[in-house]
Amino acid sequence: MTINYRLGIDVGGTNTDGVLLDDALNCVAKVKVSTTLDISTGIDNAVASLLRKAQISGAQIKHAMLGTTQCTNAIVEKKGLDRVGMIRLALPSGSAIPPLSGWSQSWKELLGEHFYEAHGGYEYDGQMIAEIDEREIRQLCGQMKGQVDSIAICGVFSPVNGEQELKVAEWVSEEMPDMDISLSHKVGSLGILERENATILNAALQGTAKRFVDGFCAALEKYAIHVSPYFGQNDGTLMSKEYALKYPILTVACGPTNSIRGASHLTKLSDAIVVDVGGTTSDVGVLMQGYPRESSLAVSLGEVRTNFRMPDILAIAIGGGTRVAFSAGEPVLGPDSVGHQISEKALSFGGDVLTLTDVALSLGVMTWSGAPPQEIDLSPAQARCVYTKMLLTVEEAIDKMKTSAEQVPVILVGGGSALLPDHFEGASQVIRPEHFEVANAIGVALGEISGQLDKIVSIDPAQRHTRLAQLEQEVQAMAIQAGACPNSVSVIERSEIPLSYLKGNMVHVKMKAAGKIH
Amino acid sequence: MIITDQMIDDIALGATVLGTGGGGDPYSGTLMAKVAIANAVKPVELIPLESVEDDWVVVPSSMIGAPTVAIEKLNSQNQMLVAFEVMEKEMDCQIAATFPIEVGGGNSLIPILVAASKGIPVIDCDAMGRAFPESQMVTFYLDGLPSAPNTLADEKGNVVTLQPIDGLWAEQFARAITEKMGGSAAICDYPMRGVEVKRSALGATLSKSIQIGKAIREANANGQDATQAVLDIVGGVRIVSGKIIDIERNTGGGFVTGSVVIAPLKATSEASQECVCVHFQNELLLAHKGESAADINNDNMLASTPDLISILDHETGHPITTDQLCYGQRVDLIAYPCDEKWRTPKGIEVVGPGYFGYQVSYTPIEKLAIKHAGEE
Repeated sequence: MTINYRLGIDVGGTNTDGVLLDDALNCVAKVKVSTTLDISTGIDNAVASLLRKAQISGAQIKHAMLGTTQCTNAIVEKKGLDRVGMIRLALPSGSAIPPLSGWSQSWKELLGEHFYEAHGGYEYDGQMIAEIDEREIRQLCGQMKGQVDSIAICGVFSPVNGEQELKVAEWVSEEMPDMDISLSHKVGSLGILERENATILNAALQGTAKRFVDGFCAALEKYAIHVSPYFGQNDGTLMSKEYALKYPILTVACGPTNSIRGASHLTKLSDAIVVDVGGTTSDVGVLMQGYPRESSLAVSLGEVRTNFRMPDILAIAIGGGTRVAFSAGEPVLGPDSVGHQISEKALSFGGDVLTLTDVALSLGVMTWSGAPPQEIDLSPAQARCVYTKMLLTVEEAIDKMKTSAEQVPVILVGGGSALLPDHFEGASQVIRPEHFEVANAIGVALGEISGQLDKIVSIDPAQRHTRLAQLEQEVQAMAIQAGACPNSVSVIERSEIPLSYLKGNMVHVKMKAAGKIH
Repeated sequence: MIITDQMIDDIALGATVLGTGGGGDPYSGTLMAKVAIANAVKPVELIPLESVEDDWVVVPSSMIGAPTVAIEKLNSQNQMLVAFEVMEKEMDCQIAATFPIEVGGGNSLIPILVAASKGIPVIDCDAMGRAFPESQMVTFYLDGLPSAPNTLADEKGNVVTLQPIDGLWAEQFARAITEKMGGSAAICDYPMRGVEVKRSALGATLSKSIQIGKAIREANANGQDATQAVLDIVGGVRIVSGKIIDIERNTGGGFVTGSVVIAPLKATSEASQECVCVHFQNELLLAHKGESAADINNDNMLASTPDLISILDHETGHPITTDQLCYGQRVDLIAYPCDEKWRTPKGIEVVGPGYFGYQVSYTPIEKLAIKHAGEE
């Protein structure tokens, strides 16, 4: 009896997708069911169906992974969030911009009013701005007791040194036992306002995290899948149940990441452009050394400016259900779409909306597996004109995302990808892998364990190689400690940005290492 | 004119255009300014340079240091005020108004912090008309006005007063002290009489950045060409609409230096099909035909410092700073004239191409534009 199956579940807004991979990571079963309001019923349905299809028992599953957009949705819809208390460790610095300064009124009302500035923080070189003050922190705890569900702590330059945040967290737990505490140095990078915002959101998501973690664990229990579950992060690596419960914000945007990782696995490519075509939009992302390229710009989430790790995705209004209109003879594509109602609303299926699917069908570039579509009233010249415009939009998006002028392979995934042709300008080849429609569930099932390092160091140019090698060892040790198999760990990302206007060769170094699950 | 939240956003956007790729991200400056006017003793007024009285004492208020530090260690509420009040003590008088030293990036908004707590106006002027990387690169230095005294304050309450003999020494000392202050400090320098600021400062530069920010915002709302809207205000030329096909960054001397190559978009048939190379040292300093530094010569020159060179997003006209430049961006490269003060022999000596190590002579953008129009 094989006992090496991997279970991958992706809970999206509309569908819950599931896959089973064998020990060689081949997809042996796949399923798409509707996402349910309580999350757990949908997961339960998907798991039941997968076990039945593959004819295996729960005991044969060795690893179980879940990817979900629940946190993204909770933030965008501002639903089910916890009351947050926040302590910024910065005084005497920082008081020119109190916490929540850039947030909308509706957010301020929702989160409550327990946002405090306390003494602490570090300079860029690790010296202290001020000592943390135990009495001050304990007094703030007194003010928050019973008023908040969750605490966020954010100190100046904590990505360089997290000690003060850790010490303050100890004092807070003594005052308020069992309180969930979010530390900013675990959440984000340099840029205190953005990191603080992400930490506050993380604290507000604690209840949401419990719901999806419990939902997944209940389904695993029910089918006798006795493994410790993992959860997909937005950088394409996994975190443990304990970490997911503490840092749920890191699951935000793991959907596009997982589909890029899935595309990589299905094609055996590690560098490519991935186009994930849905009903309303296409997400264009970059696969770099097997992982999605991360965005370098601040990312807004539910109107809140954050800077945590997000895949660099360019979304364009091209999907299977995208509505096509004409303005002065020129085609206009979307941005609105009939979405998942394509088989009722599109012209080819008796509806009254001209969509990109209709255009592709009428040109014969796409085939439909269900009932044969109806003829539509669109001249071949017009259809060609719409299709060319769509193609140009996709090609321009691909070109924008490329990092060099060289031709690159393009991988098409997602339910709507049948729309696109087999050749693009700037693409060396176009690949449509098998199981393309469940690439995201495959992506999360593959996940590896990572460690990340983010600090400012002084690097003497003569010692650069030695110093960087030390840092690489440090980050690899972090990945191993997080649960990665030591001989599989490698550094997958490295950036060095010199600090302008400062002497002493100060460099902002970011590194990430990842390896297989132990 | 009373300064509002909307004006603060417009200044931030417009000043990022005039920042010519440098000057840092104005986001935290925007928030500080908004917090300050919300708590102001009275509404903060922006007054024309001409309305300054001859016998007023006025002083610029700015931040100095590393942008990477400034986004992490934010100002204390009174930090700028502390530097300003020590300056008042040094001058032994009440300072009647303040203004930005540069209209590039976050520093364009810093005077609002002091004005809000002191109840004094902000003067619609600056000493660069753009952003430059070093503190002697101001019209006050060209006009021989003394930099001293300088007052620098950190967030802890430490204040250092300097008496440098000129702007060059001020730059040396202020940088070193800023490092000791944790890489970011508030600074007041070049205190002067109203009569001097009227003679030496560049007027209406804050209102120009408001106009630019507003024009970009409105052009986007109305679906118009935002780059053209900017050009209508600054009176320059669109050198090329193109795509970034190469970018190179180096480090040296504490600055981020490098170059970016822009290939013309296919659609713009009226323009030449040649690539354009733009060099930067924090700010965008030089644009020429060709694809590398080997092509730098007087014949290929398209624009050079001290004239302003900005890279705007082709779709939205939003300025792109040098640290945000990356392969594949669709951009409009524009260049427009600097103030005449920068075109004097001393101006060219202080901020011309030679100072930044480029072996070319400076030709005003208007002449270069006519020359290249004639070639096509």
